[in-house]
Amino acid sequence: MVWYVELGWALLKLVIAVMFIFITALILIWMLRKQMGHMQYRRGPRHHGPHGIFQTVFDAIKLLGKEDIIPAEADRWPFIWAPIIIFIPSLTIFAFLPFAEKIVATNIEISLFFVLAIMGLSILSLVMAGWSSNNKYALLGGLRSAAQMMSYEIPMIISVMGVVMMAGSMNFTQIVQAQQHMWYIVPQVVGFFIFFTASLAEINSTPFDMPEAESEIVSGFNIEYSGFRFAAFFLAEFVNLFIICALATLLFLGGWQPFTNPVYGTVIFLVKTYVLIFIAFWIRSTFPRFRIDQFMDFGWKVLLPLSLVNLFITGIIVLVVDKAGGA
Amino acid sequence: MFEENELVLEDLPKDYMEVNFGPHHPSTHGVFRFVAKVDGERLVEVEPVIGYLHRGIEKIAENRTYVQFKPLVDRLDYTGALNNELCYCLTVEKLMEIEVPPRAQAIRVICAELNRIAGHLIFFGAMGLEVGAFTPLLFGFLDREYILNILETVAGGRLTFNYFTIGGVRQDFPSDFKQKMDDFLKVFPVKLKRYEELLTGNEIFVNRLKNIGVLKKEDLFNWGASGPTLRGSGVKFDIRKVEPYSGYEKYDFEIPVGKNGDVYDRYIIRMEEMRQSARIIAQAADSLPGGEHTAKVPRVLKPPEGELYVRNEGTKGEIGFYLVSRGEKNPYRLKIRTPSFSHLNMLSFALNGNYIADAIVILGSFDTVMGSCDR
Repeated sequence: MVWYVELGWALLKLVIAVMFIFITALILIWMLRKQMGHMQYRRGPRHHGPHGIFQTVFDAIKLLGKEDIIPAEADRWPFIWAPIIIFIPSLTIFAFLPFAEKIVATNIEISLFFVLAIMGLSILSLVMAGWSSNNKYALLGGLRSAAQMMSYEIPMIISVMGVVMMAGSMNFTQIVQAQQHMWYIVPQVVGFFIFFTASLAEINSTPFDMPEAESEIVSGFNIEYSGFRFAAFFLAEFVNLFIICALATLLFLGGWQPFTNPVYGTVIFLVKTYVLIFIAFWIRSTFPRFRIDQFMDFGWKVLLPLSLVNLFITGIIVLVVDKAGGA
Repeated sequence: MFEENELVLEDLPKDYMEVNFGPHHPSTHGVFRFVAKVDGERLVEVEPVIGYLHRGIEKIAENRTYVQFKPLVDRLDYTGALNNELCYCLTVEKLMEIEVPPRAQAIRVICAELNRIAGHLIFFGAMGLEVGAFTPLLFGFLDREYILNILETVAGGRLTFNYFTIGGVRQDFPSDFKQKMDDFLKVFPVKLKRYEELLTGNEIFVNRLKNIGVLKKEDLFNWGASGPTLRGSGVKFDIRKVEPYSGYEKYDFEIPVGKNGDVYDRYIIRMEEMRQSARIIAQAADSLPGGEHTAKVPRVLKPPEGELYVRNEGTKGEIGFYLVSRGEKNPYRLKIRTPSFSHLNMLSFALNGNYIADAIVILGSFDTVMGSCDR
């Protein structure tokens, strides 16, 4: 291919990905408010559009129109770059997520490995934001999120390894194809719960929302942010939620199975993802928050050993089945 | 050489980060402020700063007549306004030796207990918010709404009622009051149970509250603690039982007492108190005596010379009025004793060594209202 055609394709993919990300985030925010409202005997947004569906659009427009404040004492460049950097891992991951059999922007042999590696980058932005704001609450929030991500990254990745062993591949498409007869949630049910819990912690969602604990450190790392920079953090939170739910769908819920048709496949993939998002929001509206030390204990003393045991047993079973199949 | 260096490091003063919580912080319950020195996530030293809501209510009392001052009493602890009013009315009535008719006494008890439930429901919601659960707040306020609607039909107000008068109550119950009360009493225990399942049954919540902010009996006595905070540490002290007023001796109710003195005990006690309050209301509403709703009181109140201290059990603890009268239309001096003030003083030692997250929970477990602390 000529280089400008290739560049054109890449740009088109990027534009589509960005559009999809923002629309998804807006839908998710609306869904959270609506769902939480009904769970609390309220109605949620009502006024803009049917059932308030345009509420978040108006909110986003409002945030874009706000004055852009950078605190005088803040470290200017990290402060400006943090909300931009938080989108880089999200955007990159979207390029590797297959929505259906052939609907994937970039298909490489180790896409799962790559996605997991990139996901760890989002920590950088939160620490940058917390550190550069020159605010004590923000600093505490940034440090909390750093500790949180580091300790929950490990059980999350180990829990995924069980799936990788069973599928014998690190490519999303092949992992999904391997689930044709049985979704991996059945043999890997422990792995699924570890993955889901650890990823909720990874994206700072309730009950692991210590970095932005409203009642303790007010708003955590994003306390000094306003206007569109705040909007970036806010949207990124929901984009990340979508990503982890999509990952869980691909790895454990059979992705686009049982359809191979790209349209049906995409639809069923999105439906499964939204079911998981519903569960995440349900947890969000009913659970209190962990304390930082209890949370660390839970990560290191419960999830990590559990995921190792899960990995060990999976390994033995895979080995035995392989031997039996080969003989 | 190496050892010398180590010694120097030891001698250096440890540098703590100073974090300022409040006066505008989501969980300081109004405009309370505390300056904390933190070592990582742990608090080392806490200095409570109060006075941001000071309105000089005690001084105003010296320049108002007894009747004129009464609406201001509502503004002390605005989540349990009727309990404040009750205490103030009892003080003046005792000094003037006014006999309150039995019907008025029963009406007062019903309204005060309704207000206690409303206050504790706010505590339930706030406690959920403190540990990061948002839904209990809305559930708590939903049931509080029922109570406020009932009180609105009785008193006309919803937050500051100005309903009790010296000698009785301003007006009698409306005709449909019994019906509304029965409806509420039928629904309330069921709803309370459901709300409690949401929060009390949650393991994260219990783990967050247990063994946190344990207070010893001696400390509580020394710092003048009262109400659920005192009972949480196993002291069975409730002024409704110890010195019954307004006919509380006629009703059958229990006083829940905690064991460990931690935040969880204080929480459970408040939840149980709501049930007991509902019991008192049911008894009082069933045996509501007939007769006048107010005693005959002179138009201009001029209590005789004298001084006295009257206390009652507010929603947060002991409310007390120390009144000095020189036989004039105004009080010569009115000192108000509020539970929030005593409890907030304990923060200087109760929070030390705890995590920031726990400090917020402990502060919340005192259920302070800054309006009543700063006056």
